[in-house]
Parts: sequence; structure tokens; C-alpha cells
Amino acid sequence: MPLDAVAQLAPAVAGLPFEQGYVSSVIYVSLYVSLIAVTLSTLFSIPVALVMGFTDFPGKQFVKSVINTGMGFPSVVVGLLVLFAVSNQGPLGALDLIFTKEAMIMSQFVLATPPITAISLAALTGVSGNVRDAAHVLGGTRIDVALVVIKEARYGIATAILAGFGRAISEVGSVLIVGGNITSADGVSKTRTLTTAIQLEARQGRYETAMVLGAVLVALVLLINAIVVRLGSDEVGGR
Amino acid sequence: MPEQRNGGRDGTASRRGFLAAAATGVTGALAGCAGISGGQEQGNQAGVSGETLTLTTTTSTYDTGLLDEIHPDFEDMYGVTVDAVAQGTGAALESARNGDSDVVMVHARGLEDEFMRNGYGVNRRDLMFNDFVIVGPESDPAGIQGMDSATEALTAIAEAEATFVSRGDNSGTHTKELNLWEAAGTEPGGDWYQETGTGMGEALNVANQQDAYTLSDRGTFISQRSEIDLVILVQGPIGDGPEILANPYGIMAVNPGVHDNANYDLSMAYIGWITSPGTQDAISNYQVNGEQLFFPEAVSEDPNFQQYVPEGWSSNSTDG
Repeated sequence: MPLDAVAQLAPAVAGLPFEQGYVSSVIYVSLYVSLIAVTLSTLFSIPVALVMGFTDFPGKQFVKSVINTGMGFPSVVVGLLVLFAVSNQGPLGALDLIFTKEAMIMSQFVLATPPITAISLAALTGVSGNVRDAAHVLGGTRIDVALVVIKEARYGIATAILAGFGRAISEVGSVLIVGGNITSADGVSKTRTLTTAIQLEARQGRYETAMVLGAVLVALVLLINAIVVRLGSDEVGGR
Repeated sequence: MPEQRNGGRDGTASRRGFLAAAATGVTGALAGCAGISGGQEQGNQAGVSGETLTLTTTTSTYDTGLLDEIHPDFEDMYGVTVDAVAQGTGAALESARNGDSDVVMVHARGLEDEFMRNGYGVNRRDLMFNDFVIVGPESDPAGIQGMDSATEALTAIAEAEATFVSRGDNSGTHTKELNLWEAAGTEPGGDWYQETGTGMGEALNVANQQDAYTLSDRGTFISQRSEIDLVILVQGPIGDGPEILANPYGIMAVNPGVHDNANYDLSMAYIGWITSPGTQDAISNYQVNGEQLFFPEAVSEDPNFQQYVPEGWSSNSTDG
């Protein structure tokens, strides 16, 4: 956990009314929710992108336009729709998901899926036909071919995942609505993320704390970016 | 901030399995697993241990730090978790109406009464009070300093067209502000009247940035006094101001007859605990910057039966 980064900003933090346990739990919730949401979203998006890229089916154009619309869909509306779904009155009311991390994962999943699908699709269709033909000729099954194509397009896919992650972790409105920004009385976050914590600190006029949390958030995003780019281009094969 | 306690909230593994199961459509079988949201293993202990109570409340009780101060006592006493969601009175009641919370702590008697009349809230108790104050810049362009009538002060602000920041979020404070305008016979509007749609703390910040007037509960104002340059220009009843600026808080359980998932036993335990002499003392001892923010109201020698029912209700009236 990059708590040392916080410690180095200590002069600003020292006199402030929150302690390390609070900050680390807020970071944990942020990462937990966003990473799970983006992982689920990736597992869902890549197959969709493969099917979209290499097969024809009725309604393909419609699916494409849904994805493109989703790219620009206001996140706060997503939050509202998830709220209706998981609220006690909604279709998933029996599951008691309102004000939980799972509800936040749902809304971030919806937010992250369109950019991941669209950018992956562009990367996959960009893989040259020769590569696919070669894989076929070598006797590959459809799965093998798909894996080869994914391998070839991995840099683009990494970019897609980053775009989704960026959208998920930096989002405020929807997680505030469905998560409720809850911290237990002993200062351990239940559904408070870095973004909603920043919103709360700003609401209470504690701008220094908000700035520190903002710096932590930016550092996290940069760190994750660095890791994913590294994974995506660890060989010269990356496009 | 209170010290760290070992909360033992490690239910993520079971939650994840739960989510996966939900995702694959095995929903009906799990419908009864409400207790799972506690994140703690349900032991063989009797009663409510390990359960979670969802409290929707106002930004003022939360932002002042009061709840963080008193809740550990309740959590330890019953071995439960309280999830406090700070929303503003209107939203807090709306969540409860939808069955998304178990107990509500709010401060707008009119809205509370409507909530009870519609059958959503039961067993209301008076909890505590503080008061509202009209704050503004020291320069006081509308000249309201020391007025003993809140409505006259608002009229003066409107006539001077001095910038006034309104919460505009259907909260208890916003409701009070609208009542005051109504009582003053003035329709606020124009460039000088700005609705922020935010919590009290943020509204104070916005007013501070613009040298504007605003109506604030005294608690949040005291909590933020060190961050802002605004001063109290018109006092509420605590500062010998007009009674119209009184700010009583009430607490209600969500009616389990309407929402069978409402954790009624725990709600009543919570209401019993927060209206008990011990907790009422803790509320009155809670200070920010050396000032008492809330004045307990639940413990009294003289019974006040009006606290349990909508105001003006009597058994032979036509009310349900």
C-alpha cells in the first residue's frame, strides 16, 4: 500500500483530523471496487469485442451504437439506474445491495465496459489479417486464433483497460449515490472511496486534506498506468 | 477521531462469492441473506450481534462529528455496525421510504409528520435541538446585525439584494429557510439568491467565498468557524433569538409493517440507546472548538406525547 507516499506529505496531514487507518481503508475501498469492476468488465468486454470484430450477426450495428453511446453516458445517471435496481423497491432489492461495495462495483462495471469494449475492438480489428491466416494455417482452433490475436493486440487492450480503470476510479457521482459514502465510527471506510472522501472534505471546507487525498488518487492512477503499460509492452511486439 | 478498534470486517470473501452467485442468477435462494451485509460471522449469540443498522441522517449531525463520537458506544454494547449515510433530511426520508434504511435522524418536523402519516415511520422521539443562525460577512451590507426577527432580517437582505446562499437541496435547513421566506412574505429570486444544492458545510464555504448571507444550523457553523470569515448576525433561541429559529432533531424507526426487511429490533435498540440518559449526556458533552453543539431533549420529567405522533394529532381527529 502506498501509504509512505502519504507519510511524505506529512506536513500537510499532521494536524488534520484523520489518521493513517482512515486513509488506508479509503484507498483500499477505492482499489477494491475499481479493480474488481474493471476486471469483471475486461472479462466481459474482450469476448464481446472478439465477437464484434470477427463475426457477423444481425443487430451488430445496433450493439456498436449502444457501445458508442455508453462511452459518453453520464456516470451520475448510471448511478441513478443502479440505485433503482438495487434499492429495496427495485428488481434486485431482495439482495440488500444498497450502500455496499457491490453496488458500487455494479455501477463502475457499467461505466468501464463501453470504453474497454470499444478500444479493445479497435485494437483487435487492427491486427493484420496475415496473422490470423497464419494461425489458421498452423491448425489453430478458433480459440487459438483468438488468443494469438489478443496477444498481438495486447498493447491496445492495455490502453483499453486503462481507459476503463481511469473512468472507474475517478468517478464520484454514481458511487456517492449507490455507496452512500459510509465510514464506520472507528474511521474505517466501508463505502468511502478517495473521490467521495475528497468531496466530503471539500464540503467541510478542509481543503488541505482534500488536496492530500487528491494527490494520493493521482499517484495511484499513475502507478496503475505504469504497471499496465509495462505489462502491455514488455516485448517489442507491442504496436 | 476515535481510536482504532479492531472491527474485524473481513467479509469480503463471502461477499464476493455472494456477488458471483448473484451474477450467475442464483438470486432467489439468497434472498434471505440480509445479515450478510454485516461482514461479520453470525455467531450463535442471541439477539442482534453482528448485524448492521443503516441510519440515514442529515449532513449536520454527520459533519459536526457527533455521530463518530457517540456511535462506538452503541456498536460495542450490541456488537453491531452502524452505517451512517449523510444525505440531508429530504433524501434521508426518501431512502427510508424506499426501505433502504432502518432508522432516520432528521430535523424538519413537517416532513417527519408527513412521513409518519404515510405510515413509513413509527415510534418517533424528540432527540435533541440546536438552533439556526443567520450568518454573513462582517461588513453586513443589508444591516441585519443584531435584529431580533429572522423574517425582518431576510426581508432586509432581499431589499438590499445582498447575495444570499440557499442550500436548495430539500434538507431540513432548506425547508426552514423556505418557511422563513414564506413567513416574511417575500418571494426570493434574482441574481442575489443562489441555490447551491449542497450540504451545509459547502453552502457555508460558498457563502464565505462570495461574502454572502446564509442560514446555517449553529452546529455546522461552529464546526467550520475556523475555516471561514462569516459571523453570526442574527441569533437563534440558544443565543436569545427568536423561537422561529429553533432546530429540533427527531429520530424514527422505519415501519417494519411496510418494509419487512427493516431491522426493527436494532432500530428500536438504537432509539432506546440514543434517548437514554447516558447517551443524552454524551450528546450534551460533545463540544467543538469549546462550544456545545447539541442540547439533549429526549429525557424529561414531563411527558410530551406530541413527540410520538404528527403534531396536532389527536385520537379523534381524522388522521390515520
